[in-house]
Amino acid sequence: MDTAKLFPWFILLNPLIAAVLILVATRKNHSTSAIISTLSAFFGLAAAACAWSLPEVHSAVLWIDFGKALQIPLGVKLDHLAKTMLLVVTGIGFLVHLYSTVYMEHDESKARFFGHLSLFMFSMLGIVLADNFAMMFIFWELVGVSSYLLIGHWFTRDAAGKAANKAFIMNRLGDFGFMLGILMLWASAGTVTFDGLNSDAAKAALTHSPHYLSAAIFFIFCGAVGKSAQFPLHTWLPDAMEGPTPVSALIHAATMVAAGVYMLARVAFLLNMESCHCAGMIIAWIGAITSILAALMATQQDDIKRVLAYSTLSQLGYMVMAAGLAPNPEGGPAMFHLWTHAFFKALLFLGAGAVIHALHHEQDIWKMGGLSKTMRVTTATFAIGTLALTGCPGLAGFFSKDTILLAAYEHNKILFGTALCTAFLTAFYMTRLFAVAFLGKPRSEAAHHGHDCPRRMTWPLVILAFLSIFAAYGAVPHWFGVEHHEGAFVPALAILAFLAGTGVAFLLYNGVEKEPLSLSLFRNKFYFDEIYGAIVAGTQDVLAFIAAGIDTVISGIVRATGVVTVGLGYALRLFQVGNVQAYAFIFGLGVVALIYFLVFR
Amino acid sequence: MTVLSLIILLPIVNALAILLGAPARKSALIAAWTQLALTLFAVFGYNRAAGGVQFESSWNVAAEWGMSLKLGADGLSLVMLLLTALVTVAAIHVTPRIEKREGLFYACVLLIDAGAAGAFASFDLFFFYAFHELALIPTFLLIGIWGHGQRHAAAWRITVYLAIGSIILLVGLAKLYLAQNVALLHGHRTFDMVVMAKTPGLIPAAAQGGIYIWLLVGFGVLISLVPFHSWAPGAYASAPTPAAMLHAGVLKKFGLYGLLRVAVPLLPEGAKQWAHLLLLLLVLNILYIGLVTIAQKRLDMMLGYSSVMHMGYVFLGIAAGNAVGLSGAAMLMLAHGLSIAALFAMAGYLRQSSPTLAFTDFGGIAKKAPFLGYAFGMAAFASIGLPGFANFASEIMVFFGAFGSTPRPGTLSFSAIQVAVICGLWGVVIGAVYMLRAYRQMFMGENSGTAQVAEPSCCFRWAIIILLVALLIGGVWPRSYLSFIQPSVEALIGK
Repeated sequence: MDTAKLFPWFILLNPLIAAVLILVATRKNHSTSAIISTLSAFFGLAAAACAWSLPEVHSAVLWIDFGKALQIPLGVKLDHLAKTMLLVVTGIGFLVHLYSTVYMEHDESKARFFGHLSLFMFSMLGIVLADNFAMMFIFWELVGVSSYLLIGHWFTRDAAGKAANKAFIMNRLGDFGFMLGILMLWASAGTVTFDGLNSDAAKAALTHSPHYLSAAIFFIFCGAVGKSAQFPLHTWLPDAMEGPTPVSALIHAATMVAAGVYMLARVAFLLNMESCHCAGMIIAWIGAITSILAALMATQQDDIKRVLAYSTLSQLGYMVMAAGLAPNPEGGPAMFHLWTHAFFKALLFLGAGAVIHALHHEQDIWKMGGLSKTMRVTTATFAIGTLALTGCPGLAGFFSKDTILLAAYEHNKILFGTALCTAFLTAFYMTRLFAVAFLGKPRSEAAHHGHDCPRRMTWPLVILAFLSIFAAYGAVPHWFGVEHHEGAFVPALAILAFLAGTGVAFLLYNGVEKEPLSLSLFRNKFYFDEIYGAIVAGTQDVLAFIAAGIDTVISGIVRATGVVTVGLGYALRLFQVGNVQAYAFIFGLGVVALIYFLVFR
Repeated sequence: MTVLSLIILLPIVNALAILLGAPARKSALIAAWTQLALTLFAVFGYNRAAGGVQFESSWNVAAEWGMSLKLGADGLSLVMLLLTALVTVAAIHVTPRIEKREGLFYACVLLIDAGAAGAFASFDLFFFYAFHELALIPTFLLIGIWGHGQRHAAAWRITVYLAIGSIILLVGLAKLYLAQNVALLHGHRTFDMVVMAKTPGLIPAAAQGGIYIWLLVGFGVLISLVPFHSWAPGAYASAPTPAAMLHAGVLKKFGLYGLLRVAVPLLPEGAKQWAHLLLLLLVLNILYIGLVTIAQKRLDMMLGYSSVMHMGYVFLGIAAGNAVGLSGAAMLMLAHGLSIAALFAMAGYLRQSSPTLAFTDFGGIAKKAPFLGYAFGMAAFASIGLPGFANFASEIMVFFGAFGSTPRPGTLSFSAIQVAVICGLWGVVIGAVYMLRAYRQMFMGENSGTAQVAEPSCCFRWAIIILLVALLIGGVWPRSYLSFIQPSVEALIGK
């Protein structure tokens, strides 16, 4: 194996080594652990940058090998799509590591935090580099468990434990479909590798039965529904905000939740095989529903991180919609938006973290206010992030969102209308957030004493702000196979939505002391949590209760029909023997039976 | 003397020595570690290129019946022997101080070990059966004398239950012996499993169904196949820690091993005849028992039921009948044995703080005892099939094997076994629900429970680490175990 082929393996294993080192050796030494983890993240970024200029690399070993019956390789594939995603993961990963060294400075489990963070990086890079479905599934689940560990970092808090469980189980629910989809594709095409499925032979087998293919893609998509928190499995993501804020930025905004979109880009060739485009339309609709529902929920949230979480849901919905509408093996609008979104959403989360850090863990925006005067760098960068997210012309978010709107406009006018409404709502809730938290007068003691954080926390903000502005210029759209478009109608409408949303929210929220609107349906997130709770309590728990009851009855019957055993017991007690002798007696009976069979028949 | 006879004799001799007054724990530890070393010696000494049954030795017992004490090992037996040795070492290490009749206790543990090893290394049908019986008796003693709660009732129930299962199995094996087509065996029936496996068409197709169902029920009782499972959770809850570890981890695998070794190669027609019944029962094992597991409120009962549930996946691999599924089933036997042994070991440790092991008695253990938090978490995640552990690698083979065991699909419709796979996949979700609920209640949160848990001793930790490392090896690089299992399984089904 030549060195070029070892390179992606190095990228993959580097954070694993750091994680194992920390969890096994330096668990008790907090600062060493932080340095190891951050250094490994830096190596990862450097390697990703080097990888950019490398030719496509593909290297695999067989993990399970039954010849023709089943072959599961463990393979890494460093192609164009992987390279761009690699930059996102390692770039934001490194900045979040740097930021965390300050944010988690006084945490009593800092070493554990960094160990798990490196474990996450390993799992995420595995998804990015996977060359087949089985390996992607492996790292898919590992990402799930590292997310579980990080959401539950402060596990002594009840809410953190609950949120961690919810996230893992919701993801497993999606993975149920994912695995089934993989099995279906494999049963039809006989391979699990992306290259193999993309071959002519596999294509002939897969397109032989269009409904089968559509169903398989739909089940594969279920995995993305879980991981990217799409409706109806979206409820875990807002709860995941119980994790430390850097985790929210890295995992629950920029990378892990985007894995679903990345996977859809990886399997775009399957969507293109589909003649009826049924699965594609389901995907697009799920994305659109998620984007507008989440945007509506975001308008009434008071926790700064939760607003951002619902915003993430909504933007992921955009990406999923684009992935379903315009599948493109190079990524297309979906990956383009994933790229820009990663920067400005990580920026917003880290900015929120800086605010929370400065305000001693205050997360209610109504107890903030006036931070623009005391936290200048944070405010400026947060404003840039907000403008990028809301689609202000000239910033990165505008361009990527525009390509999605354009794709929707070309394919389906209803979806386009929904997406435009979402754009308006995005501008609305983000302006509300900014106006309430940063403008006006301080509304709590803590808000009076806001201050900018140390440099290791503000530098990542500045870098991300820079990227939020410029990440869509130059050759960048071509990386994703997105063509420049001449039409002015769609951009004009997008700008109109941006202006309307910003304007309405500014008029409503600038300088107010308390929430002027009260929409309990949105505030209570359409009662999804309550409905799901009732469904689980009404089905699973009731069934479990019934099953346990039946099982007690069965054991009872067994004991009752132990007429034989009871009789046997009495007989044995007559001889005053204990269990062993009883057993020996029965064993003896068996031997007698054996001899009977052998000799007399 | 081959290495295999040493592996079996060593614990027996040590057990006798202990009964005659040798220091109990020390002798048991020496026996267990020596046995592990011998097993590793056999594993590394096994010539994988040649394959087949090696380390053969044979003593004639009843030549006219074709019965002899024939020992040997192929890759499959070696993996099971490795499981036996690993779990025995761990079980003895985690045994707390025994207050009464310490000698007898350790002698019983070693006898279970010897019986299990004997069953896995026997290639004679009679001794294969007899060694398992040898291991059952000390299991009953351990539960009856050193158990918790209603130990007498539990011991009695498992005794009667498994005895009935053994008798049914014995009838099945006798029928198998009698049904042999003697024309193919030079006029003499044989107990020799190697000869039997090498004689195609030994059992006439018409007779296979009648034998298979006896074996399925007989082995099924021993494995806790629904509806013959109700002995298991209660027995494990009452059993002392090493007995629960050895029975759930090792001895229960005898039934599965028997199905693989006897029913699969010799009765393929019988398997086809009863395929739908088996699918129905294994789906019940996964879904129905999975739901029962969710409803449990005590750790020991939950682990007991989860262990019953996971047998469904092994059955699914056996139902697949192809090399992929059967290899997955065989590796899952190993993986499940290691993970459930680790879980029962830690449950036994926690029992010292709260005899009932009710979830509500505990809280925030991970804070007070980080090692226990990590180790229990890893074993729990392993048992619910997290990638990285051998359980996942095995389950994925089971799923692929079972899903691919029917012809390639032309339209969107699933065969019965594919529906069973879908149920099995749903069981993976159920597993996450009950394991994570239990973990959160006991290990996360504030220290709210009444039970005070301290970090376990160093010796205890190493025992758990050994089991977890063996699981990780299989999860990261499954071929380390598969290179033994796969050729043996392919030979069994004649490929």
